[in-house]
Amino acid sequence: MLTFLVRRLFLVIPTFVGVTLLAFALIHLIPGDPIDLIAGERVVSAERRVQLEAKFGLDKPLHQQYLIYMGHMLQGDLGDSIVARRPVVHEFFARFPATVELSVIAIFLAVIVGLPAGILAGVKRKSAFDHSVMAVSLTGYSMPIFWWALLLILLFSVNLGWTPVSGRIDVKFFFDRVTGFMLIDSLLSGQEGAFKSTVRHLILPSIVLATIPLAVIARMTRSSMVEVLTDDYIRTARAKGLSRLRIIDIHALRNALIPVVTVIGLQVSVALGGAILTETIFAWPGIGKWIIDSISRRDYPVIQGGVLMIAATVIVVNLLVDLLYGVINPRISHA
Amino acid sequence: MTVTDQEQAEQTAQATTEIEQPSPLRQFWSSFRENHGAVVGLFTIIIMIGIAFSADLIAPHDPNQQYRDFLLIPPMWQDGGNSQFIFGTDPIGRDMLSRLIHGSRFSLMIGAISVTLALFFGVTLGLAAGFFRGWVDNLIMRTVDIVMAFPALLLALAVVAILGPSLMNATIAIAIVALPQYIRITRAAVMGEAARDYVTASKTAGANTLRLMFITILPNAMAPIIVQATLGFSSAILDAAALGFLGLGAQPPTPEWGTMLATAREFIRRAWWVMTFPGMAILITVLAFNLMGDGLRDALDPRLKE
Repeated sequence: MLTFLVRRLFLVIPTFVGVTLLAFALIHLIPGDPIDLIAGERVVSAERRVQLEAKFGLDKPLHQQYLIYMGHMLQGDLGDSIVARRPVVHEFFARFPATVELSVIAIFLAVIVGLPAGILAGVKRKSAFDHSVMAVSLTGYSMPIFWWALLLILLFSVNLGWTPVSGRIDVKFFFDRVTGFMLIDSLLSGQEGAFKSTVRHLILPSIVLATIPLAVIARMTRSSMVEVLTDDYIRTARAKGLSRLRIIDIHALRNALIPVVTVIGLQVSVALGGAILTETIFAWPGIGKWIIDSISRRDYPVIQGGVLMIAATVIVVNLLVDLLYGVINPRISHA
Repeated sequence: MTVTDQEQAEQTAQATTEIEQPSPLRQFWSSFRENHGAVVGLFTIIIMIGIAFSADLIAPHDPNQQYRDFLLIPPMWQDGGNSQFIFGTDPIGRDMLSRLIHGSRFSLMIGAISVTLALFFGVTLGLAAGFFRGWVDNLIMRTVDIVMAFPALLLALAVVAILGPSLMNATIAIAIVALPQYIRITRAAVMGEAARDYVTASKTAGANTLRLMFITILPNAMAPIIVQATLGFSSAILDAAALGFLGLGAQPPTPEWGTMLATAREFIRRAWWVMTFPGMAILITVLAFNLMGDGLRDALDPRLKE
């Protein structure tokens, strides 16, 4: 197990270095001069330009600039936002909990609905239930989620008035940020109705963000289940006279779920990508909306830093999933 | 030749054809046909392509013509509808149906161009990685790992942020984002084939590297690549619509479906049809490609068939 862990950690390093290279290249690939980008609309005089180039280290050769960038990054410095004039890292962590809260709930939703649906569909293969699960998940998988979000808003917010249209909580509530997770903070505040308001705000965005992961998990669970149920050892278990439930529960499910864990892990990346659209539509103050806003404001340090941080999150999550995979599948950790 | 001779000859010919193996295409079709969803998908795609090609002929109006007297007219079956505008008009009086019909061109074009680009580069790189192995493989696959650390839409956004928002740049971004999938699938398929006897035989017969790669191995590794290309179409169309929706793909007044949805957002309370139809068009097209992709996978790759 330990060697597996160390080897896996070791493999992550080159990927991460590559990600930083890509993020570094991002700013330099933009047509035009970085100083002009930082200056925005303002005119920069020749002397000021030399000063600024020295200040940002742009007068040095590229490989040195990269090393300096790496040095800063390892100290937790990703530069300053041009618009907010605050460190990108601070801005990132101010918004990160909002995205994590939404994504975690969406993936949770996708798992608690998608997993049982997939298992049942796989067990009752070719039944009406199986066909409908497959049809629904194929539709979900093909869904333009930004349109799906608009449809849900039209139905539940505009026509029925059940859920709010945007934001994380009603504006009438105000309390200090403790964890950044609104579900926890609203409970801690002790204000009546605050938690309920938070939940109501979470419903539509998390359904929208859960749609594609749910469809993928249901499809994957079903096909994994179908495959395992036709294996020889299941036939043996059946021949031994074990009950149907016991066969499915103990024998089939455990093996069927191994590939599903990987798929669930991959959905974190899907959810972080989907968060860009979901947050934009629901005015959710998270990372996705921040990056979209920064692209329209041409705030390149934010784009660079945000992209890097999201990739780092994906790498860490994939690493954790791999380790978990090693735990539940002994064939891997002992290899 | 007498009549009986001729008949006999025909009978013999028929008998021989019956014994012959069915052609690969026929085998494929009989297997593909069993999957009803796939057939529905295929026909939907054919109809879509037909619509895209004949858009100028079948669209009742010019997609950019603004009928100032007919702003936000509901579809014809609703109160206040007008039979001149079957699906109603948008906030500046353009015919929805005509815009939807012309929109099919953009979605299919983005799909076709980005899939072609991704196929060309992805298959070449995947083939090289799977064939040469060693450092070539390492270099290519580690780069793939890096690209795959980014959520697809985020990377596409970053590329568009660099290149500037436009339909062409969105297409390029989508192709770049899709590349890792093609590389991985080609590599896996090539590695599976490269160890086979027929490849060794061809090598012994003196085939050079390029011949081995492109003529001996590649055709036999095509099945999963074709499936990936079909499924790639649907994700390309989805991503393009998402970029258009975020204002980073096709720019107004282009009647691209995602871009149409972006402008329809603010009219969600007043005019359901402005936002419902473009989304439906995206969903139907994507669904058709996914249905066909699933069917192709079952027909071309029996190993994956349950």
